[in-house]
Amino acid sequence: MALAPPISDFEQLKTHPALSRILAWNSSAVKEAKFDRDELSISIQRSAIRETCALLRDDPGCPFNYLADVTCVDWYPGEPRFEVIYHLLSIPNKERVRLKVKLDSTSPVLDSVVPVWPAANFFEREVFDLFGVRFSGHPYLRRVQMPEDWEGHPLRKDYPVEGYR
Amino acid sequence: MAHLNPTPVIEPGQDRTMILNMGPQHPSTHGVLRLLLEIDGENVVRIMPDIGYLHTGIEKTCEAKFYQQVVPLTDRIDYLCPLTNNLCYCLAVEKLLGLEIPAKAQWIRVLLNELTRINSHLVWLGTHAMDIGALTVFLYCFREREDILRLFEMISGQRMMTSYFRIGGLALEPPLGFWEKVKSFVDRFPAKVDEYEDLLTANPIWLRRTKGVAMITAADALALGASGPTLRGSGLDFDLRRDMPYSSYEKFRFKVPIAQEGDVFARYIVRVQELRESVAIIQQALGGMPEGRITANAPKVVLPDRERMKTQMEALIYHFKIVSEGFSVPAGEVYQAVESPRGEMGYYVVSDGTAKPYRVHMRSACLANLQLLPAMCEGGLIADVVAAIGSIDIVLGEIDR
Repeated sequence: MALAPPISDFEQLKTHPALSRILAWNSSAVKEAKFDRDELSISIQRSAIRETCALLRDDPGCPFNYLADVTCVDWYPGEPRFEVIYHLLSIPNKERVRLKVKLDSTSPVLDSVVPVWPAANFFEREVFDLFGVRFSGHPYLRRVQMPEDWEGHPLRKDYPVEGYR
Repeated sequence: MAHLNPTPVIEPGQDRTMILNMGPQHPSTHGVLRLLLEIDGENVVRIMPDIGYLHTGIEKTCEAKFYQQVVPLTDRIDYLCPLTNNLCYCLAVEKLLGLEIPAKAQWIRVLLNELTRINSHLVWLGTHAMDIGALTVFLYCFREREDILRLFEMISGQRMMTSYFRIGGLALEPPLGFWEKVKSFVDRFPAKVDEYEDLLTANPIWLRRTKGVAMITAADALALGASGPTLRGSGLDFDLRRDMPYSSYEKFRFKVPIAQEGDVFARYIVRVQELRESVAIIQQALGGMPEGRITANAPKVVLPDRERMKTQMEALIYHFKIVSEGFSVPAGEVYQAVESPRGEMGYYVVSDGTAKPYRVHMRSACLANLQLLPAMCEGGLIADVVAAIGSIDIVLGEIDR
């Protein structure tokens, strides 16, 4: 089974309910979209993430009613350095979509989606704890895995895997 | 909407409430979960889970290993269903590579996953019942669990940390006599489930401790990210095995048990019925096991067997290359989810084209399910907190990673 090349053309991807819905609402919110290995990733403007999530959740045709996961990837030393990843699932339509928000290393801050999905609470705390990305509007943004007085964010790429720092 | 910022029933500052620390060393918190309880007498006003006592940084370790070296790490995340984690990780990397897995390997994977589910549910049932005070069930469950662990030892050489699934297939052919042992186990197991049910399902004490306790509605459970039996116990009919099938689950016929009440008893009854459905899946897998290879035809990814390695130069070279420098995976990212005994277990793997994963993230079903605890327990009794923890079936290894 050879890998099909990824598709990043909006016109070809418009049939996907999530992308068409976001484009119909605000086409400037979408930076890029990519369909690779049967999975759609949509890159969203930082300022639009919370509205986009609420929009997808309340979509009558294909409600993405389940937030499966929030995580982050550190592309150090590249810029924009952080990529916060949201995996959404539509339980009625059995469809998944991945949203991404790219963040600079100078101000890794974005809106929390906890008001849209309470499920994001622990996930966002974990991203804050391990990557140092801040979520504004989160009700309780404290470290969750590491001790309160820990210095640094262990999953960043410039944090060593072993040894003393 | 769900209780995110719960308003205390009693205003803080008044000295009617006290803060009680439960865990991390507490027998009923299933590991090292710590709970901060604000209590008014026996009533729980607020509850805050505190996790991270078992944080081992597995996600960071994965970034420093070759793809195939991550498989044994995945065992250690959720030590009650290692094979489910093996499967989820292997499926994710196979999706990145675009590998096709032979039918026989897929069927064996399904069969072993269902055995793992039985194993995990038995530990859950035993400890959950013990928390509530029914000690006998624990001994009964561990008796059957021992049989399953022997099967795992037979097929993989390990009782718990099996690492039996490999990227591209399976580690070894199942040994002679394995299928007969599995068959004899699944033939006698349904009678054992009847035994557990005799002890609990109609037991008045069990019913008083579980019915109407730690209720949660389907809408709240969904908003808080619940999955698996915890979600199905609230009446939401969704199972990844049936609805988004992987590893040829679409070829099996099974029911997805659900219950409407959303209390501890509903989650109990869902899991007990899942035990029976798992037996049905195993019997179908035994009956229709396809013939053929157990590894994909991908010499650059799958280690050659020892016989070929000792007689063929080509195989020896591939073996040396894979072991010493790994295999490179085309750049990209995938999210693969499977239905673990606890809910949606997901692996998000990012590749930058090298032989080591750039990022491996485990979506933990338990972490999301744990968020339900405040919504379930606030306003109830302390004793019911113990029942609620048991009913969401958490494994701290998976929560903390």
